[in-house]
Amino acid sequence: MFGSSDKKKRNKELRKRAGHLSERAACGLHCIKMEDIGVYAGKTPIIEHVNVHIHCGKLTAIIGRNGAGKSTLIKAILGEVAHTGTIEFRDMKENKVKKLKIGYVPQHLNVKKDAPVSVYDLFAGCISNVPVFLYRKKTLYNEILNRLALFEAENLIDKRLGDLSGGELQRVLLSIACTPVPNLLLLDEPVSGVDRKGMELFYRTIHNLKEKYDLSVILVSHDLTLVKEYADSVILLDKTVLKEGSPEEVMESDEFHEIFG
Amino acid sequence: MEFLSYGFMRNALIAICIITPLFGILGTMIVNNRMAFFSDALGHSALTGMAIGVLLGVAGTDVPMLLFALVFALVLNHMKRKSSASTDTIISVFSSLGTAVGLVILSRGGNFSKYSALLVGDILSITAKEILCLLGVLVLTLVFWLVCFNKLHTCSVNKSLAMSKGLPVRLIEDLFAVLIAVIVMLSIKWVGILIINALLILPTAAATNIAANMREYHLFSVILSVSSGLIGLVLAYYLNAAVGPTIVIVAAVFFAATFFARPLFRT
Repeated sequence: MFGSSDKKKRNKELRKRAGHLSERAACGLHCIKMEDIGVYAGKTPIIEHVNVHIHCGKLTAIIGRNGAGKSTLIKAILGEVAHTGTIEFRDMKENKVKKLKIGYVPQHLNVKKDAPVSVYDLFAGCISNVPVFLYRKKTLYNEILNRLALFEAENLIDKRLGDLSGGELQRVLLSIACTPVPNLLLLDEPVSGVDRKGMELFYRTIHNLKEKYDLSVILVSHDLTLVKEYADSVILLDKTVLKEGSPEEVMESDEFHEIFG
Repeated sequence: MEFLSYGFMRNALIAICIITPLFGILGTMIVNNRMAFFSDALGHSALTGMAIGVLLGVAGTDVPMLLFALVFALVLNHMKRKSSASTDTIISVFSSLGTAVGLVILSRGGNFSKYSALLVGDILSITAKEILCLLGVLVLTLVFWLVCFNKLHTCSVNKSLAMSKGLPVRLIEDLFAVLIAVIVMLSIKWVGILIINALLILPTAAATNIAANMREYHLFSVILSVSSGLIGLVLAYYLNAAVGPTIVIVAAVFFAATFFARPLFRT
């Protein structure tokens, strides 16, 4: 067994190793272009004519009132709901269209409080084919430990999901979304059920992520203060894009005041 | 061990050694996925399946029952995705309709008693051929579990998360529904409509009380399921009672015991 100072040393070592896993930093030469995205319930549009253009290394926040279609847009990008229009991921360095790898941080999990599912089970289930009900593979366990260490969550690996706090669960989910490193990280209202301190840690982590990795971030958020502080650009959505630009531009616009008062 | 001198008891023993681990494994995802109501509805739909078989005048009712259950499971999955009504309501409607249609057809002419064995099940009447069939299903389930369990688990935890990892969510959900349908239909004659769900859910629910992760969950679930089955069979023999319900009582005792032992496993 590790003593507490040994444990600290081990964790530090893990984090150092995890740092080596990081890929090259954002270059701004990867772009994701969504053109004329529309989702319809029968003939009624939920969202329509949505055009979004984002580059790697940027955090784009989607804001809007409840029912504006923010989550629907996320589901359309994931391919969970059928949509019109196109989503294209282009590497401008090589001028090639590539397959978009998406990481997604869900709003909540469908896991009962007392379900016997550990962080390892969830993580390994998502990223590997090693059947988690049968045995625990040591190398996979260590790999997951490394990935969790990036988000200061390595001590949670054997905990049951129901025993995690909101902030802890969020770090675990973020870690899963970033394994393997995606081109686009989607975060759907990630701040529910987390206290203020946890939220700021979360935003800081995402901020560090997009500095360190070659990825773009789309964040659906209600917290306008944090959006103002951390987002590179903001999209105001109400069935379609009402306004987009820097946080200041959007939040000082007439469209913004019409919706948020 | 005198009961083993009877051929039908030996067959029942072998059948239980196949059905109970099968239910122990399947139960884990039914409980985690909150599908208890779904498997219950499937059990009830067996009545309609059998009724259709009788109407068509087919010799064995197995095939129509199986086909009907497959359609039933897939339609139910489809409705769940399309409709905005709550899943429980939809399943409830399907379940009641399945039961009612079956009862109406089977009770025509007043000879429902002929089919009442379907309600309680009779494992003592199982034949060698039927045991082989169950063994086939056990192997199929194990293969499905080895290949698909991780994917199935990710889908059950969060569909969007599964989509982002590139999983064919619909296909996996449908395959699982089909697997449940096949297992429920092939074992319903031996276990009975009234108690099949108890056997699927109770051992797993007991395992939930004391397991800390997926491996323990499966291990405890299978152990408790098999133990309930074996103890239940022997008890039923000496009490001269129906086997299925006796097994359910043993499983319920296990549930109570693990429930009170819970604090010992949660540190």
